[in-house]
Amino acid sequence: MAWLNTLLPIDYTLGIVLYWVTLGLVGLAWQGRPRLLAQLIFPAGALGALALAVVALSALNSSPDVAVLPLGLPDLPFHLRLDSLSAFFLLLLGSAAFGISIYGAGYFRTMEGGTLGLLCLEYHLFIASMTLVLLADDAYLFMVAWEAMALSSYFLVTTDHKVPEIRRAGFLYLLIAHVGAIGILLCFGVMQGGHGDYTFATMRQANLTGFWGSVTFFLALFGFGAKAGLLPLHAWLPEAHPAAPSPVSAMMSGVMLKTAIYGLLRVTFDLLGAQLWWWGGIALVLGLATALYGVLFAAVQSDMKRLLAYSSIENIGIILTGIGLAIIFHAFGKDGVAVLALAATLYHAINHAFFKGLLFLGTGSVLHATGERNLGRLGGLIRRMPWVAVLVLVGTLAIAGLPPFNGFVSEWLLLQAFLLTPALPYPYLNMMIPLGAAAIALAAALAAYAMVKFYGVIFLGQHREEKLAHAHDAGNWERFGLGWMAAGCLVLGLFPVAVILQLDHVTQLLIGHQLGTSAARTGWLWLTPVAPERASYSPIILILIILAGLAFTFIAVRKVYHGRLRRGAPWDCGFPAQTPRMQDTAEGFSQPIRQIFDFFFGITRELPSPFDPQPHYHGETHDRLWNLFYLPIATVTDKLSGLIGKLQHGRISIYLLYSFVTLLALLAFVR
Amino acid sequence: MNLTDIAFQLAQNTLVVLAAPLLLGWVNQCRAWMQNRTGPGILQPYRGLLKLLHKNALLAQDASPLFRATPYILFVCMWLAAALVPVLATDLPLAPAVDVIALVGIFALARVFIALAAMDIGTAFGSLGARREMLVAFLAEPAMLMVFFTASLISHSTSLPTIVETFAHKEFVLYPSMAFAGVAFLMVLLAENARIPVDNPTTHLELTMIHEAMILEYSARHLALIEWASSIKLMAYVTIGIALFFPWGIAEAGDWGAVPYAIFLLVLKLTAAGFGLSLLETLSAKLRIFRAPEFLGTAFLLAVLGMLVHFLLEV
Repeated sequence: MAWLNTLLPIDYTLGIVLYWVTLGLVGLAWQGRPRLLAQLIFPAGALGALALAVVALSALNSSPDVAVLPLGLPDLPFHLRLDSLSAFFLLLLGSAAFGISIYGAGYFRTMEGGTLGLLCLEYHLFIASMTLVLLADDAYLFMVAWEAMALSSYFLVTTDHKVPEIRRAGFLYLLIAHVGAIGILLCFGVMQGGHGDYTFATMRQANLTGFWGSVTFFLALFGFGAKAGLLPLHAWLPEAHPAAPSPVSAMMSGVMLKTAIYGLLRVTFDLLGAQLWWWGGIALVLGLATALYGVLFAAVQSDMKRLLAYSSIENIGIILTGIGLAIIFHAFGKDGVAVLALAATLYHAINHAFFKGLLFLGTGSVLHATGERNLGRLGGLIRRMPWVAVLVLVGTLAIAGLPPFNGFVSEWLLLQAFLLTPALPYPYLNMMIPLGAAAIALAAALAAYAMVKFYGVIFLGQHREEKLAHAHDAGNWERFGLGWMAAGCLVLGLFPVAVILQLDHVTQLLIGHQLGTSAARTGWLWLTPVAPERASYSPIILILIILAGLAFTFIAVRKVYHGRLRRGAPWDCGFPAQTPRMQDTAEGFSQPIRQIFDFFFGITRELPSPFDPQPHYHGETHDRLWNLFYLPIATVTDKLSGLIGKLQHGRISIYLLYSFVTLLALLAFVR
Repeated sequence: MNLTDIAFQLAQNTLVVLAAPLLLGWVNQCRAWMQNRTGPGILQPYRGLLKLLHKNALLAQDASPLFRATPYILFVCMWLAAALVPVLATDLPLAPAVDVIALVGIFALARVFIALAAMDIGTAFGSLGARREMLVAFLAEPAMLMVFFTASLISHSTSLPTIVETFAHKEFVLYPSMAFAGVAFLMVLLAENARIPVDNPTTHLELTMIHEAMILEYSARHLALIEWASSIKLMAYVTIGIALFFPWGIAEAGDWGAVPYAIFLLVLKLTAAGFGLSLLETLSAKLRIFRAPEFLGTAFLLAVLGMLVHFLLEV
């Protein structure tokens, strides 16, 4: 087995890609036996994901590997490179995909064979193409993998293609994905600068500055922003996420959005060198706007998966805010703080993969058990589905940014980066950055509102519909998948120093600076990003004290009291006729937000008259950007294509005339 | 960090937790006096807790384990929060584990649990209370964070003992930004502790309740823990206020001789703070629930203004 030692991590990674493609094809061939297919192929794929995570972890601190594959066009081979940035995102992909694939084994079990065979192929092609995106070292392979990722995920979104809304959602996703892809293509086009060499190595040498550098940055921000769900290109997320099967939503939201973050980091820091501070300023403002916009809409949704989709927009906003901050500091040469913002960004990216994956998988179990996505028809599931309820509670607390879970650590790091803002040469900038901290704090508090609503309406209270009394808990595969993601949330929350030490390899690559020397100075127990007297946080001690306090209080109270307990009907202030319909619905719970931010939402309401024998209330909250941004673009496109259409008469003589005029024009210009 | 420090922290914390109902009793007694009532005496909260602890718990049929665990979680969170405030001295071995951002996080953790527990039984009042509590919180929490940020920008640290040492011992400077922060903090304190004008702790009208609506279904030991936790929360907020805005007299690390003086000053400050609180509550009326966001929005803006003033005038 000596040859095994000569293999590099990149070879293993390619092997896993090949393995996934094979698994997908085997799945397609086995569609006659759907149960076997789900419970054999998906766990096998999960093992591949686990192997990928292990390989990526070992590749994080080794020097970059390169490989050239003689595929592709003649004279244009595929270049691959596995450096620490790729390795970090591969680790994210592998570790999240492991849980999601295991969960998929249970979730897809009951699916009908033909659909499942196709889904299996698309799913494995999807994760394989994401791996290739992260490995690509030239624009050519990057775009091919990027398109493969977009197409395979499009087919995954439209799994239920018989439903017209789902087809529409798929179309919208495909459209925005391709508008974004054009941006990325142009960005690479500008960066290669006419040399005709599309490898990233050449682009790194190009050293674009000034105008062309800015053009490249904004093309990348636009292109990757479209994939990540950046304002105002976010419209596809709340449509596509609910349409897709839950494990696919988890994969798209948890992992695929991060490939866009990877792309942005790769272009901005690695290829361009993040030179101008105002790039960061714009990214910061856009990120904050996206975060606030996403969380406000998340708070008023009444479809559980839509709510999570808007919350993904919020989290992408937070991640982009961190990138913006890192660019600003890096451009002013304050790398000691830039590294903190960058680490917070990367940390939040992996956190989001875990808690959002967990929550989407949880909605999948709820959907399976009840067939309902509408929050208004759920409720009380903690009694029917205790496993799912407890595991989803972990995700809920994590995404609400509460200590000692993982969401808190990354927000803490980001707020520290804001607070550390050193004297920048522009006084206005100095003042604007703390305002950003205020916006992040507001977004975090609103996220807690949205998540209390999400959890409370689904799992707590009384069943709002009769059929919920027969809801069944998730099976073992699903429990394991959910448990893996929940464990990820806990581990990432409790061992921040270990995570930071791994992130250091990435920040070292991107801005040549590390956090670890200061972060780990006081030992693995204490997270001290700058200096112990400046700020420190120790989740382990926090949780130990909470647990010890709980045990002490519990025993003390029992000693005083003996724990006698009687069960009875709820008191409810003596009101006798309590029904489940009297609980807050999702709309009811978010009513204060709707009222306060009235100007912000487009709301249509249908109120019944007081004398209506069958009163029907209907309220809807619209995204105003549809009317302000998307519809005008659609109208202009329509008009322009109408004008262009006028050129076509269908008469051959006129077309000949066009050719003649073109020839004349060319002769006049080229000479 | 040595054993003396840990013992001192434990003693200080135990004192705060045990004395917390006394502060509440004092506020209630002052208010009774100002309203020309005799008042139940300042020990009344203890009698209430004892009574509740000795009763049999009555639990709604469908209450989930979350509902039963919440009072304990709430109590421990508030206990921990109170332990992080330098009350007598800045010697807090626990403080490096939890800085001010994490402190706000702990308050948020307790709030999320009580809001979830309120929704657990599925009564109309419970979810109404949960909704209103989260409404108050989503503005009060960032306001609180901004107050802390202003203080940490001045003292270059997010650790509460370091902030206090900067304010109390380094130099005597009056910071205009802290004036804004102080007003904002007072507003947050009133809102977070369910005091007038945002909420009325003595109300019996369910429709106007916020905090009380959430705990309607609790009884006996669970209710006792929640009530006690509420009084610790008030104590924690008041002592945070003292630590940030009137820190003079809090003993420096290792300066044991200053502790008796610190105790004397603390009692004085708490007495004054309780009197001030009851005065505020007597003089103002409860706001309609939809005026509360304006009140808290003002607090948030003031806190942010405080931060801007810091950058304009003090850097």
